[in-house]
Amino acid sequence: MRKKEIIAMLLAGGQGSRLGILTKHLAKPAIAFGGKYKIIDFPLSNCINSGIDTVGVLTQYQPLRLNSHIGIGIPWDLDKTFGGVTILPPYLTSKTGEWYSGTANAVYQNIGFIDYYSPEYVLILSGDHIYKMDYEMMLSAHKNKNADVSIAVLEVPYDEAHRFGIMNTNEEDRIIEFEEKPEKPKSNLASMGIYIFNWKSLKEALLKVNGVQQKLDFGKHVIPYMLENEKDIYAYKFKGFWKDVGTLQAYWEANMELIDLVPEFNLYEAFWKIYTKNEMQPPGYTSPNAYIERCIIGEGTEIYGQVYNSVIGSNVCIGENTVIRDSIIMSDATICDGCEINKCIISEESHIGNGVKMGIGDNIISKDYPNLYNTGITVIGEKATIPDNITIGKNCALYGTLLPEYFDEGELLSGDSLIEEEVEL
Amino acid sequence: MRALGIILAGGNNERLLDLTHYRAVAAMPIAGCYRAIDFPLSNMSNSGIKKVAVITQYNSQSLIEHLSSSKWWDFGRKQGGLFVLSPHITSENSLWYRGTADAIYQNISFLKNSHEPYAIITSGDGIYRMNYNEVLEYHVSKRADMTIVCTEMDMEEAKNYGVIEMDDQNRIINFEEKPLEPQSRLASTGVYIIRRRLLIELLEEISKEGRFDIVNDIIIRYRKKKKIFAYVHQGYWKCIARLKGYYNANMDFLKKENRDYFFRTYPYIASKVADEPPAKFNFGAVVNNSLVGSGSIINGRVENSVTFRKVFVGEHSVVRNSLILDNAFIGKNCYIENCIVDSKSNLPDGSIYKGEKAEPRIVINKTPLYL
Repeated sequence: MRKKEIIAMLLAGGQGSRLGILTKHLAKPAIAFGGKYKIIDFPLSNCINSGIDTVGVLTQYQPLRLNSHIGIGIPWDLDKTFGGVTILPPYLTSKTGEWYSGTANAVYQNIGFIDYYSPEYVLILSGDHIYKMDYEMMLSAHKNKNADVSIAVLEVPYDEAHRFGIMNTNEEDRIIEFEEKPEKPKSNLASMGIYIFNWKSLKEALLKVNGVQQKLDFGKHVIPYMLENEKDIYAYKFKGFWKDVGTLQAYWEANMELIDLVPEFNLYEAFWKIYTKNEMQPPGYTSPNAYIERCIIGEGTEIYGQVYNSVIGSNVCIGENTVIRDSIIMSDATICDGCEINKCIISEESHIGNGVKMGIGDNIISKDYPNLYNTGITVIGEKATIPDNITIGKNCALYGTLLPEYFDEGELLSGDSLIEEEVEL
Repeated sequence: MRALGIILAGGNNERLLDLTHYRAVAAMPIAGCYRAIDFPLSNMSNSGIKKVAVITQYNSQSLIEHLSSSKWWDFGRKQGGLFVLSPHITSENSLWYRGTADAIYQNISFLKNSHEPYAIITSGDGIYRMNYNEVLEYHVSKRADMTIVCTEMDMEEAKNYGVIEMDDQNRIINFEEKPLEPQSRLASTGVYIIRRRLLIELLEEISKEGRFDIVNDIIIRYRKKKKIFAYVHQGYWKCIARLKGYYNANMDFLKKENRDYFFRTYPYIASKVADEPPAKFNFGAVVNNSLVGSGSIINGRVENSVTFRKVFVGEHSVVRNSLILDNAFIGKNCYIENCIVDSKSNLPDGSIYKGEKAEPRIVINKTPLYL
């Protein structure tokens, strides 16, 4: 019988609501990162680099961009005759049809997909973290311990531990207790959301727990159930760079870390390459008057202005006399001449007119969305158009095709947002 | 599809000096991210040609490595595909290819087993974009036996090419290979269209007489007997088979119009995907009027140059008017002007290399560096 030893289930349905307008029309795993990549490229590349060639990608929220990015998996060598990458959206059955309610429920609804490959082990990944990890090492630890479940954990500082799911282990790394966001953490081992299950044990647990509650999550329901039933659950300590880019500030910081002289997360190593979809890849051009300092610049980007401390995607055009500082410019964006841009995130295919000034003024927290825009970052959504000679403050969010008359005296003050609901889809 | 493609990529070439010591001319790196053969190969694929043969011989390994998967050019389909034809020994023949015509003749079963009515033949060392369908339309409308794509150039330049004289109907009346005194400004680009059956016929005929060359033994010899027409190509075309031409073709990409024409006009030129991270400009980098390939790390000064993929330029180093090919490492405090630094070269700290603008210097230093 043909079978796979291990297959991966990649949870890519999350909205990432704390990323504001960045995730208006795309799921969090499809957000650009580090110039040319999308967040999902990291777990997908980790899979193929670890020798896992069968990946189910569970999508739900705004899957269009994700679907076209993954395609049949060619960039990651995941176009296989048996195995490869499969996109698994929610589906109807003859009796019922339902959305995925929770991470484990999404896997529960795809038991058929997993059984098709009759794997020994199932690796559960989430599509919204930045890291390089050899899952094969984790699998061999899992086998050595004879575990039912292995959970990858990261040592975090004690004062941050209350933000994570914390694993309390004994001296053999066996997990004896799991606490979700504890007020007084007993250990600093945070779950990374990466699990290896023996498929037999997981299937049994899923069939037992599903339907008991409205939602079914791995962290909240499946792991506690398995702990209760005294399954062998071990922690696998991961050492290395791992980042959750859940908020705008974290997303911005993680991008900025890439421009350090020798970044902690080094993309320039020949070993463990990160793959992504790119059809076109000419070199970047820098004009005679351009100045670039401490930046990473994507392929095919043309720079005529000055860029400092920024991450620039592929195929971007930055006009003459434009000065960009501390910003993230995603692929295919155009920034015309004479602009001044400070600490902004400018999304794909957006168009910034001539003489636009952004990130100007006081750091006033967003009036409409104080939880999202509060660290001074101004965000421009994808395909947005900003007309000429507009001044935009800090903590602003702009989306849609914006006309000059939408701006009061050509200005958008700090903390204001201008989100034009799109007419066409 | 009405035509199959043949790319002649087997030629040896001493005019590129040491750069082609280990690689075929068709595998020469171009414009920061391409190899020369990407241009004809993409033109074929973009013209909807499904079946393409690449004929290799000299230093074919570098080329075969580049063509190891045909998916980048959208070949590798059930119908047609990419065929790499290297010299091989059969019970009747154990010779290398003795000329362009002989190279095709030795693979005549490829032609005989196809059903496409036309064959498009191109050299592997031209940098150009072309929709071969337009040439084919022209070929059919002229009821030509063979069509040669040509381009206008300076008289001085034309001395290095096959020079064409044509009548007012564009029929070729004279063809001189590398003439001392060119009689016209029209030179052959090495792109030919011919009916497949006629090609088979001609190849069989000339091989019986012990002739092996397309230009001398087919075009020049048959120019009166057969109707051979010229098609004048208007866009960019450059041959990289000479050092100066290779250097200039790369430098041409520093001009916006050429970048727009090749990089940004759909359909795009495809190449093998390298998956390098974005280029990194560290503190102290000054880059002016240059192309910087992906995966490069720049700490020094780069002016009027093309750096290919994964190039490292150390602190306080200066690179001017130069081509730095893939994977080259340039240490600290180096000075490089008017040079072509070969791929995987390691230039230790303090290296100084200067060439002449008219005669770029080739720098090859593959001694491993241990940092």
